[in-house]
Amino acid sequence: MKLSEELLLIAKDPYGYAETLKAEKKIVGTLCSYTPEEIIIATGAHPFRLFGSGQKARLADAHLQSYCCSLARGVLEDALSGRLDFLEGIVFAHTCDTMQRLSDICRINKDGFFHLDLILPAKLNTESARSYFRDVLEIFRKDLGAKLGVEIADSDLRKAISAMNRIRKSFTRIYELINKNPSIINGEELYILNRAAMIMDKKRLADLVEDAVVQLSSDSREAPDAGAPLPKRIFLEGGVCNYPDIYNIIEEAGGAIAGDNLCTGFRYFNGPVDEDNPDPLMAIADRYMKRIVCPAKHAGIADRGERLVEMVVEKRAQGVIFFFLKFCDPHAFDYPYLQQVLEKAGIPSLMLEVDDPLQAGGQLQTRVEAFIEMI
Amino acid sequence: MAEQDEGKERRKIKAAAKMKEIMTSYYIDAKTAGQTGKKVAWITSGGPVEPLIAMDIIPVYPENHGAMIGASKMGVELCRKAEEMGYSSDLCSYARSDIGCAPINGGPIGGLPEPDMLVCCNNICGTVLKWYEVQARYFNIPLFILDTPFTHVDFSAEAKKYVKSQILEYIEFLENATGKRFDYDRMQEVGKLSLEGQRLWQAVLDMAVNRPSPLSAFDAFFHLALIVTLRGTRQTVDYYKILLEEMQERVAQQIGAVAEEKYRLLWDNLPIWYRMKWLSEKFASAGACLVADTYTTAWCGSMKYIKEDDFIETMAEGYSRIYLNIGVDQMAEQVIAMAEKYNVDGIVMHSNRSCKPYSFGQYDIQRIVGEKMGIPTLMIEADMVDERSFSESQVETRIEAFIEVLQGKK
Ligand code: SF4
Ligand code: SF4
Repeated sequence: MKLSEELLLIAKDPYGYAETLKAEKKIVGTLCSYTPEEIIIATGAHPFRLFGSGQKARLADAHLQSYCCSLARGVLEDALSGRLDFLEGIVFAHTCDTMQRLSDICRINKDGFFHLDLILPAKLNTESARSYFRDVLEIFRKDLGAKLGVEIADSDLRKAISAMNRIRKSFTRIYELINKNPSIINGEELYILNRAAMIMDKKRLADLVEDAVVQLSSDSREAPDAGAPLPKRIFLEGGVCNYPDIYNIIEEAGGAIAGDNLCTGFRYFNGPVDEDNPDPLMAIADRYMKRIVCPAKHAGIADRGERLVEMVVEKRAQGVIFFFLKFCDPHAFDYPYLQQVLEKAGIPSLMLEVDDPLQAGGQLQTRVEAFIEMI
Repeated sequence: MAEQDEGKERRKIKAAAKMKEIMTSYYIDAKTAGQTGKKVAWITSGGPVEPLIAMDIIPVYPENHGAMIGASKMGVELCRKAEEMGYSSDLCSYARSDIGCAPINGGPIGGLPEPDMLVCCNNICGTVLKWYEVQARYFNIPLFILDTPFTHVDFSAEAKKYVKSQILEYIEFLENATGKRFDYDRMQEVGKLSLEGQRLWQAVLDMAVNRPSPLSAFDAFFHLALIVTLRGTRQTVDYYKILLEEMQERVAQQIGAVAEEKYRLLWDNLPIWYRMKWLSEKFASAGACLVADTYTTAWCGSMKYIKEDDFIETMAEGYSRIYLNIGVDQMAEQVIAMAEKYNVDGIVMHSNRSCKPYSFGQYDIQRIVGEKMGIPTLMIEADMVDERSFSESQVETRIEAFIEVLQGKK
């Protein structure tokens, strides 16, 4: 597939893009796919996912010890150094212990944009949690409205919901097409699409991904050379993927991405918000209650394992690569269990724990090569 | 020499023997629960234990066990075991040592008594949620999660409502697990005893405002076990009464926890269990007494929200608004209040690799306290159970430098 120049630029230079977008819209930073972007969009503002720009953490090191994940450190560094001053505010959705403290530290040390906390429930499988989730969204709607000086009507929410659903639909379709033939897109292109989706204007995004769907549906490229071996189908499981290189490494080793359950991938698009629900906030909460949970949330003790196996089987993946950041407790806690569940189902897996910046390539590459060769 | 020994003897806390007795018989009870037909619940240290006591369920605390493992220097071995099972060495060492212990019945007491159910309250961290999921799968038993929303700034009415409804779910969970009705009258009594125990424990800790302080944080770490494990029982109330009396006596007789109290310090974060003796001797030999700490006070922090005659109704808020479940700036305020109350000359912070919610934000607390009070802080890098993160020479040098700063200020 040929990605538009526009997407490439945005994925490469998110902050540069934000500077231009700022002229049109207020920009609100988000940190996690548990942020209900619909509510931000309903105010007329733009939700912008923060990943940290990977600069050396000169300022953040005075606030965070060495055993903190690179994502939190990177975002703090960018905030303190003024690189995020294009923002109107940041929303911290409560997930892991690190994010929780990052929110405190940002609030105490960074002026210039507003700060909102979204104290979500940690368990997502009970009625009381569901009703609390809705309450939290109501609070958020009021707080955010107050910060941005607008009142958010249900009709605004509905519009935002259908805009997001349109994007989710296209991405779901893209993942279906990839699943049919992983070769129609390369991993780096998928990474760029995903990343741009969390950064760019949603209206423009909707158009661009619809184009991408059309292009991919008609793409007949890479029926691989007759004799050449088919790439091995790999499923990526984990947190935030801020490392385009990993896709290249997998591909060069003879793999192709058949699907993923990344926070910055499929999990972000997973499941639409019910547009027929007369209560749009409840509908948003329900999407999160049904969506595959991230490891910082609870949906029963076997939920993540069962759903992972389901996804891997459905995608006909031959192996799973776990991918998460060093010092990420929620992912590290689930790994042994998920690995075992996969093993029981006869699915081999490999775990890659990465730090920012990626350790000098060699070792990762060798491990990925050995794994792909073996499956 | 004889004189020195005599001083040491005088400074020993006599009640300690009684506490060891209580804890031993408690563990025997828990270990033999299978034979006596009692149920055992594992519960997190910040979790509401009172309903368990009211239901005659024996509460067992993996964290308390973690502390014992650390103190008996078995941490590295058990953490390694968990690492072999695939758990990253960056995870909380209480969790790691417990997970590593379960399949081999390892540790100082040959493993914890097997649980019939698990009760996890996330008011201390998100780690316990993951850890209890691991154990619920391993033992294949029911897990109750009491989800206490974090309070960065305010505790919302909605959060309160959410926790309250979960208290009822908790009771229902216990009724299902035991096949017994919940006895609300008994609960009232247990609630009263719990508050009384907390008040007494706070009164014990408060004795440290005296000069010399009759107890140190190291003593507090040790005597903490009862308020954590058997809160809500008569036994705990009785024990802390004895301990309080002993402290009052020591104050009257001017017996200090350290031989010559020159500096008064505040400790922040969990103890370094495997180095308690070494650390306490290091500080004591310089005439420094750690008179208070943020850790052991945490078990009285919720008193102000709980109404004695309406325990069930008010415990939701009490259990949500504890020290670790609030914003860094609010923690800093509490540190300052404690530093003032106990009149300390400096603060010792344990930057604890194992506990992210306790440790992230410490640099800011250090700065805020420094700005507002002008007292120095020592930062020690370590881990509460896993000795591999402890560098003796580095810590020693830092303590010595810190004592010099204190000397310079006097
Ligand atoms: S979930 Fe993991 S990667 Fe994400 S902020 Fe928390 S610790 Fe860091
Ligand atoms: S992470 Fe901290 S609060 Fe949580 S169990 Fe470990 S030591 Fe306790």
